Amino acid sequence: MQVELRGITKRFGEIVANDSIDLTIREGEVLGLLGENGAGKSTLMNVLCGLYSPDAGEILINGEPTVFRGPADAIQAGIGMVHQHFMLVPVFSVTENVVLGVEPTGLLDHLDLEKGRREVREINEAYGLHVDPDGLIETLPVGVQQRVEIIKVLFRSADVLILDEPTAVLTPQEVEEFFQIIDYLRDAGKALVFITHKLNEILEISDRISVLRRGKIVGEGDPAELTRPKLAEMMVGRPVTFDVAKAPVDPGPVLLDVQDLTVLRDNDEIAVDQVSLNVRSGEIVGIAGVQGNGQSALIETLTGLRRAAHGTVRFDGHDITRVSVRKRHTMGIAHIPEDRQRAGLIGKFSVAENMVLNNYYSSRFSSGPQVNWSTVHKSTARAVQDFDVRTPSVFEPVAHLSGGNQQKLVVARELSREARLIIAGQPTRGLDVGSIEYIHERLIESREQGCGVLLISSELDEIMALADRILVMFKGHVVAEYDTAEGPVNKSSIGLAMAGAAL
Amino acid sequence: MNETQQTMSLNHLLKAQRGGRSRFEDLVVVPIFAVIVALILGALIMLATNVEPARIAQSYVALLEGSVGSLNAVSETLTAAAPLVLAGLGLALGFRAGLFNIGAEGQILMGGMAAVVVGFSFSSLSPMALLPLSLLAGALAGALYASIAGALRAATGAHEVITTIMLNLISYRLLDYMLRLPSVQKEGRADPISKSVPEAAELPRLLSAIDPNLRVHAGVFLVLLAVVVVYWILFRSKIGFEFRASGENAEAARFAGIRSGIVIVAAMATAGALAGLAGANQVLGVLGRATPGFSAGIGFDAIAVALLGRSHPVGVLLAGLLFGALEAGGRQMQVDAGVSIDLIGIIQALIIVFIAAPLLVRAIFPWGFRKTTGREG
Amino acid sequence: MSMTTEEPTSETAAPRIDTGRNRQARTNGVILLALAALAALVFAPDSSGIATFRLSRPTDAIPLSDLAVPAELSIQIAAALLAFLGVRQFLRGGARWTSVSLGLGLLIAVAAFLVWATAGKAFSLTGMLQATLVRAMPIALGGLAGVLCERVAVINIAIEGMLLAGAFTGALVGSLLGGIGGLAAAVGIGGLFGFILAALVVTYRMDQIIAGVVINLFVLGLTSYVSSQIFQEHRFLNNAPVFRAIKIPILGDIPVIGPVFFQQNIFVYGAIVMVVVATYYLFHTRMGLRARAVGEHPRAADTLGVNVYRTRYINVTLGGMVAGFGGAWFTLGSVGRFDEGMTGGRGFIGLAAMIFGRWHPVGAFCAALVFGFADSLQQKLALLGVPIPSEFLAMAPYVATIIVVAGLVGRARPPAADGKPYVKE
Repeated sequence: MQVELRGITKRFGEIVANDSIDLTIREGEVLGLLGENGAGKSTLMNVLCGLYSPDAGEILINGEPTVFRGPADAIQAGIGMVHQHFMLVPVFSVTENVVLGVEPTGLLDHLDLEKGRREVREINEAYGLHVDPDGLIETLPVGVQQRVEIIKVLFRSADVLILDEPTAVLTPQEVEEFFQIIDYLRDAGKALVFITHKLNEILEISDRISVLRRGKIVGEGDPAELTRPKLAEMMVGRPVTFDVAKAPVDPGPVLLDVQDLTVLRDNDEIAVDQVSLNVRSGEIVGIAGVQGNGQSALIETLTGLRRAAHGTVRFDGHDITRVSVRKRHTMGIAHIPEDRQRAGLIGKFSVAENMVLNNYYSSRFSSGPQVNWSTVHKSTARAVQDFDVRTPSVFEPVAHLSGGNQQKLVVARELSREARLIIAGQPTRGLDVGSIEYIHERLIESREQGCGVLLISSELDEIMALADRILVMFKGHVVAEYDTAEGPVNKSSIGLAMAGAAL
Repeated sequence: MNETQQTMSLNHLLKAQRGGRSRFEDLVVVPIFAVIVALILGALIMLATNVEPARIAQSYVALLEGSVGSLNAVSETLTAAAPLVLAGLGLALGFRAGLFNIGAEGQILMGGMAAVVVGFSFSSLSPMALLPLSLLAGALAGALYASIAGALRAATGAHEVITTIMLNLISYRLLDYMLRLPSVQKEGRADPISKSVPEAAELPRLLSAIDPNLRVHAGVFLVLLAVVVVYWILFRSKIGFEFRASGENAEAARFAGIRSGIVIVAAMATAGALAGLAGANQVLGVLGRATPGFSAGIGFDAIAVALLGRSHPVGVLLAGLLFGALEAGGRQMQVDAGVSIDLIGIIQALIIVFIAAPLLVRAIFPWGFRKTTGREG
Repeated sequence: MSMTTEEPTSETAAPRIDTGRNRQARTNGVILLALAALAALVFAPDSSGIATFRLSRPTDAIPLSDLAVPAELSIQIAAALLAFLGVRQFLRGGARWTSVSLGLGLLIAVAAFLVWATAGKAFSLTGMLQATLVRAMPIALGGLAGVLCERVAVINIAIEGMLLAGAFTGALVGSLLGGIGGLAAAVGIGGLFGFILAALVVTYRMDQIIAGVVINLFVLGLTSYVSSQIFQEHRFLNNAPVFRAIKIPILGDIPVIGPVFFQQNIFVYGAIVMVVVATYYLFHTRMGLRARAVGEHPRAADTLGVNVYRTRYINVTLGGMVAGFGGAWFTLGSVGRFDEGMTGGRGFIGLAAMIFGRWHPVGAFCAALVFGFADSLQQKLALLGVPIPSEFLAMAPYVATIIVVAGLVGRARPPAADGKPYVKE
C-alpha cells in the first residue's frame, strides 16, 4: 500500500501550520519525519489520520484520491496513529482499550471481550509484544502502554503506522526494544512514519528522511548520506552547536541538603524512597531518569508543595522540611515548574500579573494590603526586555504568547529575584531550539553567579550538556551518581542506570 | 540614542491595547441581544398560555412604566435592585475565586435574621450606633454561614454547589425555628414572625420629604460603597489577586505559594458578608421584621445578576439595576395586565442562557457580529 | 569518570511512614469515639423501659411477633461496640477496614438513636423501611440520571429542574390523559430538558454548572408561572390519578421484605428495573464501553472514531428521561397535584447519592436508600414525640447530604473528564 500527500495545506487562523506539503509513504519502509517542536509535524499527521481536514491538497491511497471525514475513515483506509500523548483510557483494561471503537458484540449489544482478548494474544505472538490483555492501563509502565497503542493500530489491521515522537517517554534500553518492534513491523510489510526531533534516532531507524521546518518540507534524503550537523541545520535553518560553553565547576558551600527523604504519592504509594542528595552553590546537579520515577514528587517536596513522609530537607543550614511554599520562595529558592501551563502560569492573566504571581506580596510590589500595579508594570516591562520575551505589551494575556515566550516569562520571573537555588523541572520541554539555547545560557549564567541549580529532565542530552554532577533516579531511588569533573560520562552507562540496571 | 530607543519600547510595552471589537461585542452586543431575545420568548410563552396579543403589549408597557415611568417607579426599581446588587457582588467575588456559591439565599436569611435580632435587642442605642451595629451583625452572620461551605470545601473538597444548596434548605428550617423562639417571636402572635425593628435601626428613607410612600432608602449608598470596595478588593488588593489567581488556575496558585484553603474560606466569607448585608438591607430598609422566606428568591436572582454582570463590580451594578427594573415592572405588569410575575423569572433565566452561551446568540443573530476568524472561535 | 552505585536500602529498617490512610483512620476513630460518648452519656441515661419495634401489620399473611428490647441496656451495648471500633482505629493495622468500621459504627449509632427515641413506646420498623424505599425513589432516580450524565463527563446540576418538570408535566398530562399518559409525558419532558442541557453544554459550550442552574431557574419560573396563571383558574388540569401500590403475589407475603420491596407502586419497580438495565448498559455493552470512554478520555475515544458529541447527547437525554420519570413520582406517585417547587432539593440530594454511590447505578441506588431512610426517619420521629424540634428533624436529609459530600465515608474518583467540555479540533 502506498500513501501519497499532495500539496497539503492547513491553516489555524493566520498561522499556516502546513504549507503545500508533498510526501510519499511506501510499504516495507520507515519514513523519518524530522522537525522542531512547532514545525508542523503533528498537524500533518493529524491530517493524515483524519483528525484535521486539510484546507488544500489531497491524499492519494494507491493512487486513488481519498477524503477522510473523520478518524474512522482513516482507520478504514488502513492508516493508524500512535499518538505522542497516549490515547488510552487509564481505568480500562488493555483489551477494552484495544477493542474500543471496533468492539466485537453479541446479542443485545453485549460486549464480547473474550474474542478481543483472543485477538490481542494473537497479535502479541505475531509481533513479539508481550502484553497482558487484562492489565489495567494505569498500572502498566509507559513502554508497555506504547505497545498497547501499537496493538490498537494492528487490531484495526492498519497497513500504515504513524508513530508520533514515540521515544520521548522511553529509556535508552526501551528505545532499543522499540526499534526491534519497528523492524518486525517493517519486515511484515507495514509502512511506517517515524516522527521525531531527535537526530540520532532518525539516522538509526529510517530508510528515508524528510525534514519539516515552519510548515514546509525543506529537505529529503537518504540517512546513509546525511550527518547530524547537516540534519540539524536543515531542521533549525542555521548551523547549531551542540555543546554548551561553560566554565569549569567551582562549587561553594552546600546549599541544599536532603537526607533520607521519603515521599508518598496521593494514593500512599512510595514515590521517593530514602533519597539523600545535596546541591552546592555554583554547580548544576542534574537528575536524570525516565518520567514517573519519583522526580516530580521530589521537586514538589523540595519546593514545599508535598509533605515529606520521612527525612529532612535543609537549605543553607536551616531545616525547611516543614516550611511553607512561600517561605521557601522568600528564603531564595526559585522554582521553574515542570508543566508551565498547568502550574507555572495563568493563561488568562496578563504578562505583568504572571510576572508577580509568586511575589506580588513582596515590599517591592505592594504596600499594606494593596498591590502597586504601576510598579509591577514598569518592572515587568524591564524584565520582559531583559529576558527577550516577545509580547506586544505587559497587559497581553499569556495564553496569547508562544510556548517559548511563555517559558521565558517563567524563567524571567524566577531568575529576576534574589534566588540562590534554582529548581528547574523540564525547563525546555516542547520548546524550539532558539528558546532552548537561551534558557540553557541563563541557567549557566546563574551557576556562574554562584547559584545552585537542580535540573530535572528526562532529556538525557540536556542533562549531559549542562550538569556538573548527574544523579539517576529509578523507582524512587537515586541509583547512580556521576561527576563530570572527573572525566567524560558514558551515556550508555547512564542509560542502563535509568532502566534500573544498577540495582 | 540607544537609551531613548530603550525607553520608547518600554513605553510601548506599558501601553495597553484597546480590547477591539470582539470585546465590545462580548460586553455590550451580547447582553443587549440577550435581553431582547428573552423578552420575545417571554411574549411567546404568554401567547402559549392563552394571553391575547393586546394584553401582551399591555404587559410590556406596564413593565416599562413600572420600572422607569415615574418617580415612584424609579424608587421601586432602586429598592428592588439594592439587595440584588449586594448579593450579586458577593457571588461575583466568589466566581472570580472559582467558587460557585449558590448559597446566597441562606446567607441572606441568616444575615437578615441577625440584623433583626440585634436591632430589637439593643433598641435603646442611638441610631448612630444601632444601625451600623445591625448591619455589621448581618454581614457577620452571612459570612459565618457561608464559611461553613468554604471550610468544608477547603478541608474535604466537598463541592460548594451541593453544600450551599443544602445550607439554603437548612436555613429555611432554621429560620422557621428561630421565628418561633419566645425571645424572637412578636408578642401575641402564633405564626412565625419576628419582633419589629426599632426606628433607630432602620435604613432611613431618602425621599419621604417628597412623598412618604417612596420606599427608596439609604441602602443605595451602601450599595455604591460595596461596589467600590469589591472593585478595590478584586483588582487592587493582595487578597483579591489571590482570589483571582486561585479562581483561574488553582494549581498555578498553589505553586505560587497561595494557600488555597485560606483563599476559599476568605472568599466564601466575603461573599457571605455581602449576602448577609443584602439580607440586613431588606429587613432594615424595606420589611422592618423577619418572616419565613423573606429572602423571596433574591439569592437566586443574584446568581443571574452576577453572571449577567460578568462578575465585574460595575457590571453587577448595571445588571442589578436591570433586574430591579424587571422586578418592579413585573409587579406593575401583574396588576395592570394580570400576567403572573413568575414570568419575570423565566425571562431572567433566558437572559442568563444567552449571556452564558454567547455562541448561541451568535448562532441566532449571525448578522449582529463581525465574522470571527479561527483563532477566536 | 566515577560511578558510585548506592546500596539498595531495602534491608535497612523502613522508616515509619504516616500514610493518608492512617490519618483517615484516626479521624474515623475520633468520630466513632464521639458517637460512643454520645450514646453512653446522652441517650442511655435518658432511656428507660422497653423499646418495641413492630415488624408486621395484623393484616399480613405471615404475622411476626414484635421485637422488644430493653432500652438502656441495648444503648450501653451499642456504646461499648462503638468505643471498641473507635479504639481499634488507633491501634496497629487499624487502617485496614477503616471505612467499613465507620459505616458499621454509623449503623450502630442510628440503631441506638432509634432505641432512645422509641424507649417506652412502640414503633413500626417495617412501616419505616417501606417509607424509606418510597421516599428514596426520586433521589435514586435523580442519582441514576446523574450517573448516566457524569459517566459521559457532563455534570448535571439540572436534575432538580428535570424532576420539577417531570412532576409538573405528570400532573398536567395525567389530569387530561390519565396516569400512563402523564408518565410518558413526564419522561418525554425530562428527555427534552436533557437534550437542551446537552445542546447548551456540548454544542454551545456553556459552562456546565451555569447551564444546570439556568435550567433549574427556568423550570422553576415556567412551572410556577403556568400553575399560577392556569391551574388556579382551571383546577381540573391539576388533578391527576395516582398510581397505587401493586402487591406481587407470593413475594409480597414474605414478612418484612414483602411489604418493603414487593408491595410498592410502579415507581419503585421501575427504578429497580432501570438500575439493572443501566448497570448492564454501562458495563456490559458496546455503547456503554464507548460512553465510559467518552467520560474518561474523550480525545482517545474521538481518535478511535467514537462520536463524542453524539454519545454525550444520547446519554444526557437518557439521564433527563430517567429524571423526568422520577419527577412524576411527586405527582403521579404520591399526591396527584402539582405545587410550586415541590421537589425540595431532591435532585441535588440525588447528585450527592451519585457521589456517595461512586458513579455506579447500584451504588447510587443504595446511597439513595440512606437518604430515604433519613427522610422517613424524621417523619416517624415527629410522630413519636421526640424532644427535638421538628425543624431540626426536617434538616436530617440535608445534613446527611453534607456529611456525605464532605467525604466522611471515603472518597471516590469521578470520571476523569467530568465537567470539561470537549472541543473537537
